Amino acid sequence: MKSAASPSFYKAMMAVAWKDLTAEIRSREVFSAMLVFALLVVLIFNFALDLEAGTRASITSGVLWVTFTFAGTLGLNRSMAQEKDRGCMDGLLMAPVDRSAIYMGKVIGNLVFMFAVEIVVIPVFSVLYNVNLINLGLIFVVLLGSIGYIAVGTLLASMAVQTRTRDMLLPILLFPVVIPLIVAAVKASSGFIQSLPMTEITPWLNLLIVYDVVFLAVAWMVFDYVVEE
Amino acid sequence: MIQVRKLIKRFGPKTILNQLSLEVADGEFVAILGPNGAGKTTLLRILSSLSKPTFGEISIAGFSLPSQSANVRQRLGVVSHLPLLYGDLTAAENLVFYGRMFAVPSLTERVNQVLKLVGLSHRSGDLVRTFSRGMQQRLAIGRAVLHDPEVLLLDEPHTGLDQDACDMLDEVLKEVAIQGRTILMTSHDFVRVQNLANRFDVLSRGKIVSTIKSDQLTRDGLQAFYRQALELK
Repeated sequence: MKSAASPSFYKAMMAVAWKDLTAEIRSREVFSAMLVFALLVVLIFNFALDLEAGTRASITSGVLWVTFTFAGTLGLNRSMAQEKDRGCMDGLLMAPVDRSAIYMGKVIGNLVFMFAVEIVVIPVFSVLYNVNLINLGLIFVVLLGSIGYIAVGTLLASMAVQTRTRDMLLPILLFPVVIPLIVAAVKASSGFIQSLPMTEITPWLNLLIVYDVVFLAVAWMVFDYVVEE
Repeated sequence: MIQVRKLIKRFGPKTILNQLSLEVADGEFVAILGPNGAGKTTLLRILSSLSKPTFGEISIAGFSLPSQSANVRQRLGVVSHLPLLYGDLTAAENLVFYGRMFAVPSLTERVNQVLKLVGLSHRSGDLVRTFSRGMQQRLAIGRAVLHDPEVLLLDEPHTGLDQDACDMLDEVLKEVAIQGRTILMTSHDFVRVQNLANRFDVLSRGKIVSTIKSDQLTRDGLQAFYRQALELK
């Protein structure tokens, strides 16, 4: 018998992300649930809000982020539930790796699911709401907003999954924490949709960047304590 | 190999393990028997570094818990009554994933070896969710021994298996034990345990109350020893 070595942080992180993506490509459980839900939200808002061309540009960014937020919650719940239901989280925690690598691997997996949904939703949204959402600035905002949302969401989902009321608990824990992120993402998106000058958009972009850095760092540091019994 | 001294575990006001002391020598196969709620699973969760002790000293392969838990985890394989496997990955993919998490060298070769050991080579490309409970449990043992650990912890591995699956699991466990690993197993199945372990400890109300080696068992067998141990406590 020989003692195995510990894998590097990067290798452990990529192993977790590879595992999540391989399993998801096969089952499409998380992606299809998120996508169907997101498209339904887009459709319902489209019928519910009979928008004039003038108000459309200012409202659509809010609807867009509500869609991403709700669909994201669904994906985060499913992603962590898969680890918990078959005891796989214990299997991960028993590996001789820095537990932050597990967190970062889960973040990468969840981000890929979120981006995949956004890639489908944004063109559909553009057509239904008759607003051009395909511009570089807006894509940058979606990228920053998604990173912050998934960083916090993955951490809180790993807490919520340990309770019996995990499906209800995650949004209750998550939404208050992501309010600054969502406000900044809505304002920045709205700025790009309405072609406002960059001086009005930059503060919101800065807030998004700071939020992402701070919450990724905090989650990285506290994940070990969150998953500990 | 495993040394536990005056281990106490409390959940709030409830004391689950109460000054428990235990020693398992190199290459020994020890079975821990006890009624439900005696603290068997809690003990194994602490030894596998998933839970922290309230008080007490624990040393596994020369490393103490919880301070050197990463070193302990490198030398530990764990099988619980849950398979800890991903249903949407194939048998080989599950082992490759865990192999990466344990930095197993020559991984492809080792995965093939382990699949052969647990008799699942012919199903290596099949999704784990299509496996029977017995096959999943055999693969779980494969996952636990993949990184060639010095110590194996088994928490009621026969739970939920039919007789044939239990027989096959026992064959795998015997094969694993022959390789000289130190094994600590909890179980309720006296007949099977008697054929596997070479020492039996009875755990009751958070303490080891009696111990016997397999060659010291009387003709009445393990069940009689167990009943006597619980009556005497």
